[in-house]
Amino acid sequence: MGYIQPTYQSNSGIKQRQILARYWSKIFLGSILIAILALMVMLINVINDSYGYAAIEYEYDPSIYTPKPIEDLNKVELMKLLSENLSTYRWRTIQQDVSIDQLEVDEIRELVVEELLKPTVVASYSLIPSLFNRTEIHQEINFYHPEARIDFYSWLDFQFLIKSMSVVPENSGVRTAILGSLWIILVAGIFAIPVGIGAAIYLEEYAPSGKFKKIIQSNIDNLAGVPSIIYGILGLAIFVRVLKPLTSGTIFGLELSTGRTIISAGMTIGLLLLPVIIINTQEALRTVPMSLRQASYGVGATRWQTLWYHVLPAALPGILTGAILAISRGIGETSPLILVGASSFINKDPTNIFSNFTTLPLQIYYWTQRPQDQFRNTAAAAILVLLIMLLSLNAVAIILRNHYSRQSRP
Amino acid sequence: MSIVDHPLPRQSDIVIYRKPRWTEGFIHVLLFICGSISILSTISLVIVLGHDALLFFLLPDVTLVDFLTGTTWLPSIGKYGVIPLVTATLITTFFAISVALPLGLSAAIFLSEYASQRTRGLLKPILEILAGIPSVVYGFFALTFITPLLRTLLGNDNVQIYNMLSAGLVMGIMILPLVCSMSEDALFAVPHSLRDAAYSLGSTKVEMIFQIVLPAALSGIIASVILAISRAIGETMIVALAAGSGSSFTFNPLNAAETMTGYIARISGGDIAYDTPEYNAIFAIGFLLFTTSFVLNLIGRRVTSRFREVYE
Repeated sequence: MGYIQPTYQSNSGIKQRQILARYWSKIFLGSILIAILALMVMLINVINDSYGYAAIEYEYDPSIYTPKPIEDLNKVELMKLLSENLSTYRWRTIQQDVSIDQLEVDEIRELVVEELLKPTVVASYSLIPSLFNRTEIHQEINFYHPEARIDFYSWLDFQFLIKSMSVVPENSGVRTAILGSLWIILVAGIFAIPVGIGAAIYLEEYAPSGKFKKIIQSNIDNLAGVPSIIYGILGLAIFVRVLKPLTSGTIFGLELSTGRTIISAGMTIGLLLLPVIIINTQEALRTVPMSLRQASYGVGATRWQTLWYHVLPAALPGILTGAILAISRGIGETSPLILVGASSFINKDPTNIFSNFTTLPLQIYYWTQRPQDQFRNTAAAAILVLLIMLLSLNAVAIILRNHYSRQSRP
Repeated sequence: MSIVDHPLPRQSDIVIYRKPRWTEGFIHVLLFICGSISILSTISLVIVLGHDALLFFLLPDVTLVDFLTGTTWLPSIGKYGVIPLVTATLITTFFAISVALPLGLSAAIFLSEYASQRTRGLLKPILEILAGIPSVVYGFFALTFITPLLRTLLGNDNVQIYNMLSAGLVMGIMILPLVCSMSEDALFAVPHSLRDAAYSLGSTKVEMIFQIVLPAALSGIIASVILAISRAIGETMIVALAAGSGSSFTFNPLNAAETMTGYIARISGGDIAYDTPEYNAIFAIGFLLFTTSFVLNLIGRRVTSRFREVYE
């Protein structure tokens, strides 16, 4: 009978195959390391641009105000200098803003420098060269800007957080932008979170499975994939233009001529977040076991009682985590607001939902586009502020998730 | 004692009836309205985009054929050929995918086949952070780090300050987590018995991955790539910052060129005058973007749902 002897050797090329296996496993590991490296380089790049040496020149020489160097003046002399050389109007606004008598000497000296000498940054350097090439930077500054004072400048400081926008980079801050971001995300959240959760409850608990449910479901999945700039177009056409009397506040007697207001932006972002919140809530609701619902129905509870007293509390951590993640996405969203927002220079804090606005990501976008190098430093500092905001939101979401999942486990 | 105080009702006292609960019905209607809002927003999207895009095509010097085949996009002088914007979009998308697919897929393979539970717990949050960074930050990174790097590597004369390559590469890093997590789900869905069978036939781990797991998860991986393409086409901030403004018809990735989303962002960045050709052009391009991403998402989801059924 034809019994065929196997002709191959069972260990043929085993060595090469194993070498190949090891080689590939290094490639797999390497690619994830590249991703991590990219993240680190990004963060370092941002920090690198937020701090570093800067050459500061004074527009007015100290000697035109006082023969003594400013460092040697005492409080009374400094106050006198201010009241004599500032315009009456400016002097009064400063006195209204800060109670000047209670300030320390150093703070008044800072005020004198800021108000009278008008420092401008003529050149700025990143952190890494500032740390390693100090002498070269000093030489370069001395060569090009012999008048300038060299200072280690931190672009992200407390002043940056509380100052509003300015045409001069070193006087710019993000207060208006942070307030704008918070207002918009507040409006978006108030609209999108209840509606999103409601829609998810309807889809998971109420809607009879059939064609209608299928259509809504696939529609939501597709909405989640629509590019965010399309929502900006929608917001521009509907909230800014068609609903202008409503969104500009003219219907309520406010005198604003554009619909480019916080309410328009908030609703646009809200529409964008809606599918995200619906999908996250649906997933949270699906994790609640069916037996819980059946037990509740078994003791005679109605559908809403079952939902309100049993299903929702069990799904709450998941829903909250999803909502927080959606909010952090909404804060970082930029492109829809380019269309909905006003491009003009905004340095007035938003006071109500009919105010004009700027947001943190928008500010980063405009600053990055500017040709002056120093605006790149302010953009980097603003990115740090934004990332810290988003990371702390995400941390809250993770803590929430862990806390509740530990609690629910007996 | 309580029995004495409160005697049980006699059988004839108990009336079983359905208590009318108006709140139940009210809540049902309310939730139904919430569910319908998503449909409403889709309808308004289609109406808004369609209506104003129609206005654009009704302009005297715009025809659909010119729009789809013209190679000059200069609305100020009445040239409305969308091809340069489309090629720029495709070039940036191509580079994004050529970064995101190999890196994302390899990372997914590492996470699903090699990494221990501990390493996964360490690595996954990092990818989540990468996915959570706003795109404007990626745009800043492209303009202030990758572009200068490319200019040093390839020469200042060859690489323009704004170029498609830098935008595409950074976009690839941005969509890497998307490709990675979707591919990982697909790999995870491959049943363990297939892996065991491959091992029992004497294959090494890599042979098992390439010949068994990857083919089995192929549809899921394809779906992840389709959705990644859709993301890359719709991405705005990176190209608006790094790819350049002003459309130009070029295939050289080292040159500046404006993408579809880049044009929308630039034109609408100012306080744009309504009902001008530029304003209506935004809607025409928006309509094109919307349909493209809609179709891609639809295909992606079809492929995903098909692969889900395989081993169940």
